[in-house]
Amino acid sequence: MTSGILVSSETDEGAFELLTKGREVSKQLNLELSAVILGDRDDRTVQSYFEYGAQKAFLIPSSSLGNLDAETYANVLHEIVKEAGPDTLLIRSTRLGKETAGRVAQKLQAGCITDAIGLTLKDQDLLVERYALGGNTISSEIIKTKKKVVSIMPRTFEAQKAPAQGKAEKVDLMIPPRRIQLVERKKKLGESANIESAETLVCVGKGISNKEDLAMVSELSSLLKGELGCTRALSSDYHWISEDRMVGISGKRCKPKLNVSIGISGQIQHTVGIMGSKLIVAINKDKEAPIFKIADYGIVGDLYQVVPKLIERIKALGT
Amino acid sequence: MKQVVDLQQIRIKRDTREPVLEGLPVLFGDMDKNALEEAVKIKEKYGAKVTVLSVGSAKLKDTILEALAMGADEGCIVVDPACEGSDTGASALTLAKAVEKIGAYDLVLVGEGSADNYSGQIGSRIAEILNIPQVTYVRELSIEGTTITAVRDIEAVLEVVKAQMPLVVSVTSEINKPRRAPLAQILRASRKPLKSWTLNDLGIDPGKVGPVASAIQVVSNLAPPQERKGMIFEGDVGETVGKLVDALRKEGALQ
Repeated sequence: MTSGILVSSETDEGAFELLTKGREVSKQLNLELSAVILGDRDDRTVQSYFEYGAQKAFLIPSSSLGNLDAETYANVLHEIVKEAGPDTLLIRSTRLGKETAGRVAQKLQAGCITDAIGLTLKDQDLLVERYALGGNTISSEIIKTKKKVVSIMPRTFEAQKAPAQGKAEKVDLMIPPRRIQLVERKKKLGESANIESAETLVCVGKGISNKEDLAMVSELSSLLKGELGCTRALSSDYHWISEDRMVGISGKRCKPKLNVSIGISGQIQHTVGIMGSKLIVAINKDKEAPIFKIADYGIVGDLYQVVPKLIERIKALGT
Repeated sequence: MKQVVDLQQIRIKRDTREPVLEGLPVLFGDMDKNALEEAVKIKEKYGAKVTVLSVGSAKLKDTILEALAMGADEGCIVVDPACEGSDTGASALTLAKAVEKIGAYDLVLVGEGSADNYSGQIGSRIAEILNIPQVTYVRELSIEGTTITAVRDIEAVLEVVKAQMPLVVSVTSEINKPRRAPLAQILRASRKPLKSWTLNDLGIDPGKVGPVASAIQVVSNLAPPQERKGMIFEGDVGETVGKLVDALRKEGALQ
């Protein structure tokens, strides 16, 4: 039985991110790096897995998967790990991937860390970083069981090619019948904004008191050629902004170059989503607001005065 | 439900970046309350018995009263010093054994993740141990006979699924607004049945839980290093905005 690292993601881009990191780790530990490809792909796409460093690709035909759910996903991974014997699983931590991680870990009696934000080697051990205590801390952890499952936050690593030779292997699996019946799949309302890759992100919170006033925040955002983001209250509670713009632990995690935070107190549930920003600017009337503790620049003041002034000054720069 | 320290009140030691957890109040996490609220709503709509289950320290006895006041009929707590420092696998095993001891059940409702660790593994692992299906990230739930229909929140997509009870359902915070327990209920809560179990009562070998059995070794747990500039401007709006614009231009963030 060989030991190795197996990466898995529903999407090719996700797999390439994990392969890039997996390559670095597997080289140092002298382990085989393999990938699962969930569903039919053309030859060109399979080849690209090798270009990102996979030495082996397990091909799972779409016909075995149907509408992929976590139970099936976990069964697939369990079968491969049982058969081929890689002992470390790196799964992309989408909602599906995260659920699958827990399930497959239980099947394998493996230790599991979800939503990892960092992966390094400490001696011969994988050192995994994740937020703990609601985002107040970063916990560095080692999995002690032989089999290990780690789900890694999307976009934690940047995909980079490194030519390698690999071989593809078709896997025929007996997947038990699913117990969850999919009735319907529909897109959420909203324009599915891609705020995670925005270079500038203007986030707004409960400091804004009317939906109409969002106009000035939007104006600032478009002046900065940025995207609009928000806290959970504005989206889930008030329904002023669509959920695809919600930033934080139950929303999106963003890494903009510039984050402007407007009327946001800075509770950890939100700030986890902006920690990766290069520059954080906060505008809040409460001097004691926690947001100022993580800000590079801040203005203590009424957003209804500060934001229009800021718009005016930025416009003046352009003329 | 999981008892956690009040995360808003955590202070970080400036020199070592260690979190200070001593003396903090404990409470149930928000999403755990969403799970309980949904259970109580189901009880009100279809009729059911709601049992609150939690593994934790002796302080649970106080915390569980709030859950009983919110509408649970009965509390079951597993309090055993050996459980302290359990990893998610051991906690899931303890919870699953307790679910079996409670007896016949239709639904095991959990939050999508705990307030402190948010690992989201507990529901998945319980479902595996009990060998029942799981429907995760649920924001709408209805029941007809033994079939549940759920709307799941999967990033940009909503999925409508059906499944047969018994099963595990994990809920997101969108599913409801947990009620505040009315005073009369708070007073009545302490008279509701509360069972307290040890590992022995559940037939669990203490060697399978706690730090010794943990699959996870925590190497360090510190606040991230603070490398922010922390330049906060106060005073006249025109002046502060001017300073900010100048600073952003120097940073190259504004053209």
